[in-house]
Formats: sequence, structure tokens, C-alpha cells
Amino acid sequence: MLSIKGLKVKLEDEDKQILKGVDLEIEAGKVHAIMGPNGSGKSTLSYVLSGKDGYVVTGGSASLEGVDLLDMEPEERAAAGLFLAFQYPVEIPGVGNMTFLRTAVNAQRKARGEDEMSAAEFLKVVRARAKDLQIDAEMLKRPVNVGFSGGEKKRNEILQMAMLEPKMCILDETDSGLDVDAMKLVADGVNALRSEGRSFLVITHYQRLLDHIKPDVVHIMADGRIIKTGGPELALEVENNGYADILAEVA
Amino acid sequence: MAEAALKQTPTDMMIASLQMPQGGWSEAARKDALSRVKTMGLPQRRDEYWKYTRPDTLVQVLAAPAALRASDETPLFDQIDRLKIVFVDGVFDAAASDDLTLEGITIERLADATSDLHWARDLYGVLETRGQTPVARPLAALNTAFAQDGILIHVTGKPSKPVNIIYRRGSETADAMLHHCIKIDAGAEMTLLENGPVAARYNGVLEVEIAEKAAFHHVRAQGRDHEQRAATHIFTRLGTESTFKSFTLTANGMMTRNDCVIELTGDDAAAHVAGACVGDGADFHHDDTVFITHDAVNCESRQVFKKVLRNGATGVFQGKILVKAGAQKTDGYQISQSLLLDEDSQFLAKPELEIYADDVACSHGSTSGAIYEDALFYLRSRGVPHGPATDLLTLAFLAEAVMEVEDEALREEITGRLGAWLERHAS
Repeated sequence: MLSIKGLKVKLEDEDKQILKGVDLEIEAGKVHAIMGPNGSGKSTLSYVLSGKDGYVVTGGSASLEGVDLLDMEPEERAAAGLFLAFQYPVEIPGVGNMTFLRTAVNAQRKARGEDEMSAAEFLKVVRARAKDLQIDAEMLKRPVNVGFSGGEKKRNEILQMAMLEPKMCILDETDSGLDVDAMKLVADGVNALRSEGRSFLVITHYQRLLDHIKPDVVHIMADGRIIKTGGPELALEVENNGYADILAEVA
Repeated sequence: MAEAALKQTPTDMMIASLQMPQGGWSEAARKDALSRVKTMGLPQRRDEYWKYTRPDTLVQVLAAPAALRASDETPLFDQIDRLKIVFVDGVFDAAASDDLTLEGITIERLADATSDLHWARDLYGVLETRGQTPVARPLAALNTAFAQDGILIHVTGKPSKPVNIIYRRGSETADAMLHHCIKIDAGAEMTLLENGPVAARYNGVLEVEIAEKAAFHHVRAQGRDHEQRAATHIFTRLGTESTFKSFTLTANGMMTRNDCVIELTGDDAAAHVAGACVGDGADFHHDDTVFITHDAVNCESRQVFKKVLRNGATGVFQGKILVKAGAQKTDGYQISQSLLLDEDSQFLAKPELEIYADDVACSHGSTSGAIYEDALFYLRSRGVPHGPATDLLTLAFLAEAVMEVEDEALREEITGRLGAWLERHAS
């Protein structure tokens, strides 16, 4: 599904190398997790894959189902099936959440040469998906993320994911700022979307989220590289011993 | 003689080129206005309130021709049940207009109102005269002196539908001057809609007297034709517990100057004035100039102006709140913001507060900025392409001003017009 080979990335504005050769293969239907200390390049990886400005790829490649991602505009990557759940979802005053969702769904359908979803059909689908995530009608009416609590913002990300039905979902610290109940709700939303044709890359600091979203593979990232890969037990090891042991072992 | 002719000022030349309608109740007011124009002189570049807007094209004797092109814009307010009054190049079009009768309201044309005891005698030019201090507005006085026609509305009740003055253009050189007067009796209310390009050049005045507990709602859309020029003035005076709410949408137009002069003279009154403007191209110039005087207790005023400017367009905002001594508990709010879509466009803002009372809350803010990149990326990451995402954020930027239109159906008409404009002007 997602294939990253030797990806090297530096900041556009300063001569600072963030990713120093990332290799990652995620098969269809699998859930991979990336853990790692602050500043290891986890969020940069998610931004570069989704096409945010401010980064320069200095080497390597990234492709989704064999299609080169790095040459595409952000909207083309989205239409190709890539989705990033933001660590800090952006507030957009003046744009209603419903308008936003419907515009996004139909823009992707149009880009793929499919018919737009009718207003009635859209409403039906969005109401059902919102209900699962305990998002009420009021939240759908409000401007995108404006005045939303931390938990509401993250649930809204998952709602967008549910509506857009991407193939490759990247969750960037979706657990940050969530209490236990909210995390469970978000995890349930993600688990409901798990399927054979859909893969996930879950970026997190804490093992706790991985209790709810059970990963197939866990990677440890440090200093712009993936330094260790293992099964779910690797996350437990980090939870118990921190990163020091792993960093020492690799060095 | 030749020497004297050389010394003729632009004001003299303009006055000499115009014909004052004779006789009737308005003659005295027109003559007074003419002497005011002669004293003040027409606007010049060095006048403080014309510093950012060149008055040249508004004060030259002949209007610059403005090409007539078929507009692809759908007409505004078509879905609204309304009483239509149509002017073509500033000339009343009886065939296209509805019958001017509506319960709770009397409507007449200025050109028809000749009775010497006409109610409009106490309003025509009266609020305009009051609005000449402390800042001179000579184009408005010129209008009072020479306006050929206009609509006089006396509101005694609550009419069932809005009155819609529709302007159309028929010639490339028409120079129109219209003067409307509206008197709203205690407890009465009305909604006035205005839309369409008036003429190649337009000088318009609207005087509105609002009695106690009365309400005036005004939604105006200027535009459709790009080459036209316009200078408009609204003068209003509010009585106790009355309401004035005016919103203007400006899309297109080469030179537009909108003055709004508001006097709050009765306690507990509220005046809201708002504008949304979209400008594209170096020949687009739009100026909102507002002067609000608080001269009563516990009044509220609110100014919300938003402009989207691109490809070298210019926007100007000059907004003043004057709180007189004794106007305690005044609540004044003013915001003017521009969204500059490129580095060639510019926004010039001059907010002013002058306060002589001590128990007052007045706030003002002015910003100009570019599209919020994080929001743009967020939209694009969800699959919305750059162009539509920019349009969505542009509409969102204008929304605060459009939200000032209370009526939902009217608000949707305005939003639809803006959306269509953005689609046609896709970047």
C-alpha cells in the first residue's frame, strides 16, 4: 500500500535535515505504529507524505499503490486515497463543518471521475457516521473546529476519515490531549474503519492508544530514521523502559 | 472675459453644466444646497477625506464612458417577494416597475411630488445639511441641488414586503443623479433593497429619518458592470429605541465611494452598517467612509467592513465614531479587514475615535492579511483543490460582514452572488 524508500527531507528555510533515510513498507489492511522521542521526525514524515509546504525532499521516494506521491499536489494525494488526521486540526472560522465535509467528499469524487453525492444522500451518511462518533447536529453546523474541545477536534478528524474513506490513513498523535473516554471513542471510530483494503500508520508517544488500536507492526523512530521494528511487544517495552535502552542498543 | 473663463474652477464648470429642476416645494432646499456647493467647492485631492481616493472622475463635467456589456450575473432578489421600482440610466421606467402602492407605506417619485405642503420638505436636504459638519460632503450637496428624480417613501406601518429599487444601464455615457428620502414614523418599519449599476456615473443620496421604535433595513448590491463610477451618500438620524441596519455588497465598479453618515439622537437606538467588497484588477477602487455621531444615551453602533482585493485592486476604509459629551453608555464597535490575495493589491484604513463622554465602550480594529496557509493546506489535504479552497476561505472571510444581513433569504442571495463572482473570477 504505502512504500517509503530512503526518504530524506530537510527544512526549506534552514539547512536542517529532519529525515535521514526512512524506509517503511505498509501492506494493505495492516496497522503500523511509529513511536519515538520528541524531535525524531514523526510529524515531519506525516506532513511530507501529505504534501505540506516548507519541506524539501533531498532523496528517496514515497508511493501509494505504486503511484509516486511526492510529485502530487496535496489534493491529488487525498484523491488518490491518502488521509492525514492532524495532530492540531485547523480552525476555519466562517466555513460550516457540513459545507466543509461535503465540499471535500465531492471534490475527491470529482477528481476520481465519480458522480457527486446528492445532498440527501450525503446528509444520511454523515448523520449515521457522526452518531457513531457521538458528534451532534450542533457540532456539524458550527464552523470547522471553531470552539471545539480537544476531544471534539479529534473526533471531527475521524468523522472526516469516515466520510472520505481513504485507503491509507495516517494518524498523527491523535491521542494527544484526549482523556481516557475520548481516546476510546476515537479508537472505536478507527477500528470500525479497519478493513482488508485500508492501511493505517499510527504515530503516537504512548502505548495506551495501541491498547485500543492494536498494531500489526511497531517501529521506533529516532533522529530521522527508523531504528527498530518489531511486533506489538515493542510498544510495551517502550512504555516500561523508555527509549534509552533501544537507543543504546542501536548505537 | 477670456481671463475670467480661464479662472473657472471645476466646481463652476460642473454647476454650469447642470440644470436645476424649477418650482415646487424642493426649490428652496435646492438653492440652499447650491450655495453650499459654491462655498465648499467640489472635492479635491488635498481634502483630508479624499486623500486615498482621487475625486477627479467624479467631479469632471462629463462622465467617462462605460462600455455596456451583457452581464452573465443572475439578477439579484428574484426569489424575494418585493415591490419593484426600476430606473434605467437614472430615469424612472414605469412599464418595468410595479404599481407604487403598498399597505403601510406611500411611495412617490421626487419628480412628481409638487404639492407645497409635502412631508418631504422637512427631510429633503435636511439630513444632508446636518451631515456637512464637521466634514464637508460637497457631492451630496450637489446632488440635493440638481437631483433629477428619486423615490420618496413615507412609512406609517409595516409593509408586507420590501421595496426594491432596481437600476439598469442603457447608455455608455449616462450621468445620473438620484435623491431618495425615507421617513419612517414611530413604530413603523421597512426594508429597502437596491441593486444594479445605475449609470456610467452615479451620484446618489439617501436620507432616512427614523422615528422612535421604528426600524429601517437596507440591503444594497452595487456592481454587475465593471466600468461604472459611483459616489453615494446615506444620511440617517435615529430616534429613541430605533434601528438602522444597512449592508452593501460591492463587486466590480471602477470607482466607488460610499459615505454613510449616522446620527444617533434618541436614547437606546442601534445603528449597524456593514459592507462586503470583492475587487479584481488595478482599475478597481472602493472607498467606504463612515461617520457615526453618538448624541444620546445607551446607543449602540456597529461597523463591519470586509474587502477582498486582488490583481492590484485598492480598498479604502475611513471610519469615525464621535461620542458627544453626555452620550454615556455608548457601545461602539468598528472592524475593517482586508484579504489581499497578492502583493499588488492594497488596503488603506483610517479608523478614528473621538470621545467626550466618560462611560463609554468603543472598540476598533483593522487588519490586512493574506490567505491563512494552514487552513488552505487543511482543505487541500482533504481533497479540495487550490482554487475552490481559496474561494471557500474567501467567502469565510467575508461571512462576518454578510452575517450582518439579518434576513436569511436576503443573506443567501448575497452569498450566492459572491460565490458566483468568485467562480467567474477564478484565479
